Amino acid sequence: MITKLNHVSIFVLDQDSAYEFYVNTLGFKVHTDAAMGPGMRWLTVTPPEQPDLEISLMAITEGMMFKKEAAQTMRDLVAKGTFGFGVFECNDLLATYEELKAKGVEFTKAPTKEFYGFEALFKDDSGNWFSLGEKK
Amino acid sequence: MDIQQQFPKIYLYRRIVQAKLFIDSHYHEDIDLNNIAGEAYFSRFHFIRIFKLTYNKTPHQYLTSVRIDHARLLLKKAIPVNEVCYTVGFDSISSFSALFKKLSGYAPSVYQQTELKRQAEMLAAPQKFIPNCFAEQNGWLKK
Repeated sequence: MITKLNHVSIFVLDQDSAYEFYVNTLGFKVHTDAAMGPGMRWLTVTPPEQPDLEISLMAITEGMMFKKEAAQTMRDLVAKGTFGFGVFECNDLLATYEELKAKGVEFTKAPTKEFYGFEALFKDDSGNWFSLGEKK
Repeated sequence: MDIQQQFPKIYLYRRIVQAKLFIDSHYHEDIDLNNIAGEAYFSRFHFIRIFKLTYNKTPHQYLTSVRIDHARLLLKKAIPVNEVCYTVGFDSISSFSALFKKLSGYAPSVYQQTELKRQAEMLAAPQKFIPNCFAEQNGWLKK
């Protein structure tokens, strides 16, 4: 029986920029930041109240995972905002929205009461989008 | 519809958020929470009440948690415990140690030793910190 999700990947265009966004803007914690050789880095962060879910900020680079053409295609898709990676939760959506807006985060949907809940949408520094909901 | 029309009390959130951001950037200073309440145009009572409703912590509890978070980062950089204590805004080693232990579960020195050991291991054998499937896909296993 599967009981938990403990690692998930988000593909990013630049790991330094992603570090700045996820850690210094969103307030996530760095779990592991390991150099894996020239230009290669294993970087995972965790949401502040979910220390056992490591979000791997994976650089899209040419290598074993992506051939040159596939890497470029993937980079283009991410930058265009093709991928939505999930739903983050906060205690207070209006306050979190105002804080992240003040920090320069791009919202594609302001907080809105929907039939399924209270939701906003924002983009990370690469172009990946997320839903942001309020804890019920 | 404009967010201000949809949520007429959004101005309250903006004031509380500004107070939080002030704590985030001035945590290492001798912050007077009365001043923050004043700058946010609230009475002290209402400021504490609305801040707690928003962040589940009183402003003072939040300030302490921000200081301890920054202390963790500095301890990971091998900065001596007493220097960390004063750098993040505490003025007493004993209260810093007690609060650090309360929020982190470890004394600052124990936390620092554990983290420095982990960092050394990560430098020597980074593969130990990565799920095998990711390491294999990236070609990191043979390094």
